[in-house]
Amino acid sequence: MSIIEQVHQRFRGGLALPKHKELTRGKPILEAPIPPELIIPLRQHVGESAAVTVHVGQYVRRGEQIGRATDFLSAAVHASSSGRIIAIEDRVTPHPSGRKEPCVVIATDGEDASQGLPPWPNFHSLEHSTLRNRLRQCGVVGLGGAAFPTAAKLTYSPRRSIHTLILNAVECEPYLTCDESLLLERPQEILNGLEIMRHILQVPTAVIAIGENMSASLASLKEAIDAFSSQHVRIVVVPSLYPAGSEHQLVQMITGQEVPSGGLPSDLGVVTQNVATAAAVYRAVILGEPLTSRVVTITGQGITQPHNLRVRIGTPIQYLLDFCGGAVGSNHLVIMGGPMMGFALPNVASPVVKATNCLLMPGADELPGRGAAQPCIRCGFCVDACPVGLLPQQLYWHARANDLEAVQEHHLFDCIECGCCATVCPSQIPLVQYYRQAKREVAVHEQRREQATLARERYEHRLTRLGQQADTNLSQLTRLAASALDSPGDDFDFSADELQTAEITVKQAAIQAALDRVQAKKQATLSSPANDGNDGESS
Amino acid sequence: MSILIAILLLALLAAAAAGGLAMATSSQSRDKAILTQQVDAVLPQTQCTRCGFSGCLPYAKAIVEGLADINRCPPGGEATIAELALLLGKPVKPLALDCLPMAPGVAGIIEELCIGCARCIKVCPVDAIIGAPRQMHTVIKSACTGCELCLPVCPTDCIVMYTAPLLTTLQPGQSASTISAGLSP
Repeated sequence: MSIIEQVHQRFRGGLALPKHKELTRGKPILEAPIPPELIIPLRQHVGESAAVTVHVGQYVRRGEQIGRATDFLSAAVHASSSGRIIAIEDRVTPHPSGRKEPCVVIATDGEDASQGLPPWPNFHSLEHSTLRNRLRQCGVVGLGGAAFPTAAKLTYSPRRSIHTLILNAVECEPYLTCDESLLLERPQEILNGLEIMRHILQVPTAVIAIGENMSASLASLKEAIDAFSSQHVRIVVVPSLYPAGSEHQLVQMITGQEVPSGGLPSDLGVVTQNVATAAAVYRAVILGEPLTSRVVTITGQGITQPHNLRVRIGTPIQYLLDFCGGAVGSNHLVIMGGPMMGFALPNVASPVVKATNCLLMPGADELPGRGAAQPCIRCGFCVDACPVGLLPQQLYWHARANDLEAVQEHHLFDCIECGCCATVCPSQIPLVQYYRQAKREVAVHEQRREQATLARERYEHRLTRLGQQADTNLSQLTRLAASALDSPGDDFDFSADELQTAEITVKQAAIQAALDRVQAKKQATLSSPANDGNDGESS
Repeated sequence: MSILIAILLLALLAAAAAGGLAMATSSQSRDKAILTQQVDAVLPQTQCTRCGFSGCLPYAKAIVEGLADINRCPPGGEATIAELALLLGKPVKPLALDCLPMAPGVAGIIEELCIGCARCIKVCPVDAIIGAPRQMHTVIKSACTGCELCLPVCPTDCIVMYTAPLLTTLQPGQSASTISAGLSP
């Protein structure tokens, strides 16, 4: 039986796009130099931000943890070279809005001293949970662009049996060759990583999905599999149609089943992982190296020397562009990700993060121009192009009308934001932007409603409690009055009024004393310079 | 004969109309309860009392009874007024001038200054402040609606409103939990 197969089924829609991969294809992966300053964001993954475990002035080595994972969907972050921490502050991160997020800034010393975890070459004898913990400790996240923590993706309840592990090497986005170059140069690492993930999931077979135009990588991979003598790995060649590398479309092509609306591939017993993630898993488990670098494609006609670089996480993007010879002419547009799903970076001072797979600097006329959006003419091209089977124009109308119910009825949340609809739109309407905005609106609306429901419940509970309290007070008073009438010959002959006045006087004195103490404390705080905040050893 | 039929028909019609009216009056109170619920669902549940009523539900009741206008909810703002107008078939109006505006936020207690008087606990409409007499109090930030009712009753002015993250830059030696304890805007 041949280990190379064709797909069972194609997905609907999709586009045959010009690939532009020749700019970097076949070029060796170069090691990017250590920048003088590394800016490492604490949140580089989908979940909660990592919690800082270091302080300013501390010396760290490469691979040393600087932030620990805070919950299931969080991931640890590590120093990517040795040096001293000069600041823990908000810096611009690669985000469409250029927003600032907490980052650890390291001034590197150039020595690149490292500190790893013990290597585990014999992973077969280890428990799955031990291996998952190692991946969590090493901060391994999906390197295909979504940055979903790998340990979380490899955790499944025993009720859902996983039968297929798909390794995604399709790289359908134009321009990107980072996964392809990794397949050419490090197929062994990828296969080892695949074996580890197969062991964790206890999956009998693994499938490597590869694009049909990646012949060199295919040959290298096949050779490696032969040398590896693994009986459990198949290669499936998928058509070079965008978005063939998208998780749900890939699962559909390989299993012949569509992922249900709102579901996950695991509902079909499938888990997908990216090839670069497999290599990172290999490094984390067998070498004991946390995820501190990744391969980034720097390409486009707007950059002097396109390259595939192994880049340390936290390297400023400007530094990498300079390393590649800088921009051609007066071009300043930098897109993170590919031309379809990427976004223009508002600031090149932002660092490379775990999700950065590509930095694209297009030449003057390289990308199809986006003129002003014209009115929708209901041509229906977007419906034919949508790989999910949605109705993009209906979604567009409802999103424009801010009709949050209607967009959800039209399955807005099944949109994978691939951009096919916007690409074919003759009116050049930026459709995906409308969908992203609508998704955000829905999320905000849901959150507000949840908060309001919580507040209403707490308010009603309080009213009930106050009502009950009033009832008990009343019954207590009645009892007291009754007992007072029963025993007239008591020693205490204060009247109720006198008792109340005495009580109030004591209480008022106590409050006045407390107020005086606070006043004194306030004075002390104001006059002392210790509260200044910047007098520590923050230099 | 035809006159008799006409009288009979008219009498039947009148009886039917009377029955309908009687049913309408009895269901009116039920309709009002449902409408009150719908209005209450639109209100932001801040319970800030800036509308002049003791909470969101009393305000909703007043709107349904025709005792209050729909433009008296500062935290809900234009969006809430528009939703209420749509629900009740009334024209959209600007916010009433006598309802003081309010910035979204969450209350926090400056711990050094709190004397444990428990006054803020008594006024909090959603029981979002915990503490006991002569013990330091604290705010459950996930439950706080930012109504600011606790501010005026505090004798030491130790309650402040936060709109932005508490702390974004760590000082040397500070624990890492400070960042994660920061409030999201």
